[in-house]
Amino acid sequence: MTTKTFQMETLTCPSCVAKIEGMLKRTKGVEESEVLFNASKVKVTFDESVISAETIQENIEKLGFEVLGVK
Amino acid sequence: MLKITKGRRMILGGILVVLSFISHRLSGMEYTPVVITLMLATTIVAGTPIFRNAFQAARYRIIGIDALVTIAVTGAVIIGEFWEAAAVTFLFMLGDYLESRTLEKTRSSIKSLLDLAPDIARVRRDGKEVEISPDEVIQGDIVIVRPGEKISVDGTIIEGNAHINQAAITGESLPVSKSGDDTVFSGTIIESGYLLIRADKVGDDTTFARILQMVEEAQDKKAKTQKFLERFSRYYTPGIIVLSILLFLITKDLVLSLTLLVIACPGALVISTPVSIVAGIGNGARNGVLVKGGEIMEKLGTVKALAFDKTGTLTIGKPGVTKVKAYTMSEEELLRLAAIGESYSEHPLGRAIIQKAEELNLDINVVPEDAEIIMGQGLTFYFEGKKYLIGNRKLFQNAGIDTTEYEEHLQAEEEQGQTAVMVGDEERVLGIISLADIVREDAKKMIADLRAVGIRHIAMLTGDNKLAAKAIADKLGLDANYAELLPEDKVRILGELQEKYGRVAMIGDGINDAPALASADLGIAIGGAGTDVAMETADVVLMSAEIKKLAYAIGLSRATVRNMKQNIYFAIAVAGILLAGVLVKTVNLSIGMLIHELSVLLVIINAARLLRYKARSSNR
Repeated sequence: MTTKTFQMETLTCPSCVAKIEGMLKRTKGVEESEVLFNASKVKVTFDESVISAETIQENIEKLGFEVLGVK
Repeated sequence: MLKITKGRRMILGGILVVLSFISHRLSGMEYTPVVITLMLATTIVAGTPIFRNAFQAARYRIIGIDALVTIAVTGAVIIGEFWEAAAVTFLFMLGDYLESRTLEKTRSSIKSLLDLAPDIARVRRDGKEVEISPDEVIQGDIVIVRPGEKISVDGTIIEGNAHINQAAITGESLPVSKSGDDTVFSGTIIESGYLLIRADKVGDDTTFARILQMVEEAQDKKAKTQKFLERFSRYYTPGIIVLSILLFLITKDLVLSLTLLVIACPGALVISTPVSIVAGIGNGARNGVLVKGGEIMEKLGTVKALAFDKTGTLTIGKPGVTKVKAYTMSEEELLRLAAIGESYSEHPLGRAIIQKAEELNLDINVVPEDAEIIMGQGLTFYFEGKKYLIGNRKLFQNAGIDTTEYEEHLQAEEEQGQTAVMVGDEERVLGIISLADIVREDAKKMIADLRAVGIRHIAMLTGDNKLAAKAIADKLGLDANYAELLPEDKVRILGELQEKYGRVAMIGDGINDAPALASADLGIAIGGAGTDVAMETADVVLMSAEIKKLAYAIGLSRATVRNMKQNIYFAIAVAGILLAGVLVKTVNLSIGMLIHELSVLLVIINAARLLRYKARSSNR
């Protein structure tokens, strides 16, 4: 299990939070996820053998949110 | 697909919506082909991101505001309300843009903290000075810092002295003077001087990095109100869709149903709490007060009683000379003599006497001869050929000197919680020096400020003896004091206070009262910078030793809660008025969207006011 934090562009609508969280919850390999609305960050704990950080980033970006960096 | 930036999309959408409006007017409010084309173009330009978001979210079975707007706009186009479609999409985009700009502002105080992070470090490697990134410094490196530069590590000074601005850590902008063996913090700035520092903690382990991390996490620890609102909105949005469909089935009025969809967006309500909290926490962080999250903010504002630890919290935690009584010489001469005698002493009382002599600029650069420390009694020494004694009754009795004459003064001092030390020669007592743990300068003012903000009960809990406790409690005018307590007693008394007064906060320096801090409704650690345990266990951390910030912290939390409530009530009122407006058909789609977006903006702007909150009571 690894945990990565994705720095997002400024999140403006709290419904975005539900969107990203909902998507991650339905993604295979993602164990735990938390969207920090005020910090505009997404914290994801996932199984590297199932899904990569790049794929998660792509999925988030597909929802229409720009990822500025991964840590 | 062509990549269009948000800014360009805004401008293009803006031009198109104006052109649509003008051509609509020119054609006598008719929907001519040109007008329709312009309006559809506006809708597509402004709406594409909204529609895309809505569809992507729908794939994950999430229905958000985007979905409501998409349905409404599609509906508007189908029934030929092109102007409504164009206006609604444009307003939504504009609102979103303005919201992100203002939101960035409310979050700016935390961002500005991040900017305080050091960006370069100059270290000595292989005898040469090299500039590297602070992340590359390793423990034990020698870091060189010059005036105007930021210290990049937590470390110990090994050479030089400097005036250091520690605002990044403590919120206190007055520079402090530091020299050999003192500890310095990453993120602080050298105003004048030059330092060689041994790196003790680097990178993410530094106090500054940990504060940043905690502040970042704190802003997203949700308040109870917020959790409730989020649960509410999860059912609210789908609920609105169902309601709109029902409304259409009953009234057969499509415009009415679509309008309901748009105006029922819960934007202002959902955002009302987090924006207030982020602004409140940001304000606190900038002033050296770390409040760990929204729930703590709500609790801190409603504290009814406070329990203070004594040593290190209400007092400095180190003894100081409070009174000098001399019988045969001047007080200064007595103090000088005692300070010379204590030259080699490591005893805290001895250090306090030396410190007092230094403060008075007495010449104590003389060395005593044959100083002998007698454990539990004091010491004897020779100076200029004469033997002197400094110590308690036992020391003098063992030397055969009668002290009954001085008993009255000794006892009076002791009753006031003082430690009285006698200074004498081989024949008699020459004077008595009283020492006590010194009450913090700002403690009295803080107690007054706390009463001003309406704290009902202020108590002190201490492990110290009853006399010392009572002296300080009386001096500060506390409501109660509990002395000679063991850590478990403190926990028990906190329980009693909770029963009697309601919410109780415990304030300590976090070193020896971790159990009490944890068992109170709210644990507040003071002087937390640098002490890991305090920073981790407490709910609120006052970074500096300035205890008067407590009243500011309570005031800030109340202001934050008030702000949050204003936002919630306002959002509910707007939603209610809009709903009524729709039902009596005075609010149409575009006006509904305009008011909705305006209300969201107002909520954010109201929260931004918190950034300017200042402690009013402590300036009185």
